[in-house]
Amino acid sequence: MSNVPQELRYTKTHEWISLNDDGTVTVGITDHAQHLLGDLVFVELPDVGGTFSEGDDCAVVESVKAASDSYCPLDGEIVEHNEALSDTPELINQDPYGDGWIFKLRPDDAGAYDTLMDADAYSELIAEEG
Amino acid sequence: MGKRTPLYDMHVAAGAQMVDFGGWDMPLNYGSQIEEHHQVRRDAGMFDVSHMTIVDIHGEQVRSFLRKLLANDVDRLKQTGKALYSCMLNEEGHVLDDLIVYYMHDNGFRLVVNSATREKDLAWMAMQAMAFDLTIKERDDLTMIAVQGPNARSKAQQALGERGQGLDEIGVFYIQEVDAELAVARTGYTGEDGYEIMLPVAQASSLWAALLEAGVRPCGLGARDTLRLEAGMNLYGADMDESVTPLESGLGWTVAWEPQDRHFIGRQALEKQRDNGVENKLVGLVLQERGVLRNHQKVIVEGLPAGEITSGSFSPTLGKAIAFARIRAGEADKCKVEIRGRQLTADIIRPPFVRNGKACI
Repeated sequence: MSNVPQELRYTKTHEWISLNDDGTVTVGITDHAQHLLGDLVFVELPDVGGTFSEGDDCAVVESVKAASDSYCPLDGEIVEHNEALSDTPELINQDPYGDGWIFKLRPDDAGAYDTLMDADAYSELIAEEG
Repeated sequence: MGKRTPLYDMHVAAGAQMVDFGGWDMPLNYGSQIEEHHQVRRDAGMFDVSHMTIVDIHGEQVRSFLRKLLANDVDRLKQTGKALYSCMLNEEGHVLDDLIVYYMHDNGFRLVVNSATREKDLAWMAMQAMAFDLTIKERDDLTMIAVQGPNARSKAQQALGERGQGLDEIGVFYIQEVDAELAVARTGYTGEDGYEIMLPVAQASSLWAALLEAGVRPCGLGARDTLRLEAGMNLYGADMDESVTPLESGLGWTVAWEPQDRHFIGRQALEKQRDNGVENKLVGLVLQERGVLRNHQKVIVEGLPAGEITSGSFSPTLGKAIAFARIRAGEADKCKVEIRGRQLTADIIRPPFVRNGKACI
C-alpha cells in the first residue's frame, strides 16, 4: 500500500506539493509513482528561474524501465532544484517525500495551493487506478 | 488474465510486480531490479523462464533436417550434450527466431525458442519437416528455471541435493540429462556462469523453494533485460526480427558458411547480401553524458543516414546508459543520440559491455 501523507497536496499526474513558510511550494513525485517507475537512474531538473504554467512538463524522471514527465502543479517560477538528484536519483525511491524532492516553485497566485487535491482525494484516485 | 507459469503463486507471494509479457503474467521485479541485477553479477539469482518454448525433435533424419532449418550448423555438435546458438531464417534470410539447440543423444535434439514466436516457430518447423521422417514434440510438460551468477552452480547443486551430484562435470555450453525427468544446461542469458534447469511442471515449486533456501534470490524480467544487454546478447523482436538478416544484427558469427554445399534456408539471400556488401550493422553504444538510452532513439553519425537504437537501457554495472543500435556500416567511433530534442555524444563500441562481472569497455 502506497504512503500518502495527510499534510500534503497532490495532482492527478502523481506529484506531491507542500507549502513552505516563505510562500514557496516544494514538489516531488509520490510514493505510488516511484513504485510504478521502479529504480530511478536519471532526473532532468528544471532550470532555476524558469517559469511554467500549471500542467507544463518541467522535469523528467527516468527509471531503468521508462522515462516519465513530471508536471508543474501551479503557475509560477522555479526558485530551487534538488541538485543531489543529479548524482543520486535513487533518493526519490528511498525518500520520495523528503530527500527525494525535485524542485521549489514560487506560485504566481498565493492562494492557488489551496485549490489542489487533498490526501483523501489522491488516495481514492490511486485506488481507482488499481 | 494472462497465462501463468507453475511459479506464479511463488512470485506473487514474494511481492513481485507482475506484468504482461507476450500473453504471460511474469515478474518484472521483486522490489528493485538494480539490486537483482547486482545479485546476479556478484552472487546468484534465479529467473522463471517457464514461458520459453522447449521442443524435442527425434528421428533418423533429425540432423539433416536441422542442417537445413538453421543458419548455424549442428554438425559442429560432435559430442553428446553440446549446445549451439543459431538463427532460424526464412527464404529471404530474415530472422524468424533465435534459439539454442542441444544435442541430447543420437537422433534426438532439443530446441529452446522464444515464447512470443512459439506458434510461428512450431508452424514453420512442421512445414519444413514434411519432407523428413521425424517427430517434433513441444514439451509443455516441462518448465525451466535459470540460475545465474558466480555462485549459481554451487548453490544450484546444493538445492538439487542428490540429483545435483555430478553436475560439476558439465562443460560450458553443454547439457546433461541427470535422470529421465531432469536436464541441466550450462547456458544462460546474463553473461555469467550458471545453469538453465529443465524439469517437470510439478517439480517447479519445490526446486524454486530449495533454491531460495540455498540463498539464490529471485530476479525478474527487468534485471534479465539489463543483464543480457550488458552481456551483448540480442533480444528477438527488438534487435532483430523478420525485417533484417543476421548479418545486419551482429550475428554474422552464427552463420556457418562452410561447408558450401549445406543448403540451409536463407543461404542464397544471405550470400547475395554478403557479396553486395552489408549496408547496416548492429553496434554497441555507451552514452558519455547523463541520460538514458531508449529503444527507437535516433542515432546520428556525421555524413551518414540516421540509425536507430534497437535496445537501450541503463547499465547498473557501468553506471552509464548503454544500447545496441543499427547504423550504416562504417568506421565511426562516435555518434550523437537524439534525446528529447537534444543531441548527446555516445561512443560506438563492439559488444559485450560486461562479462563475468567485469566491464569490457
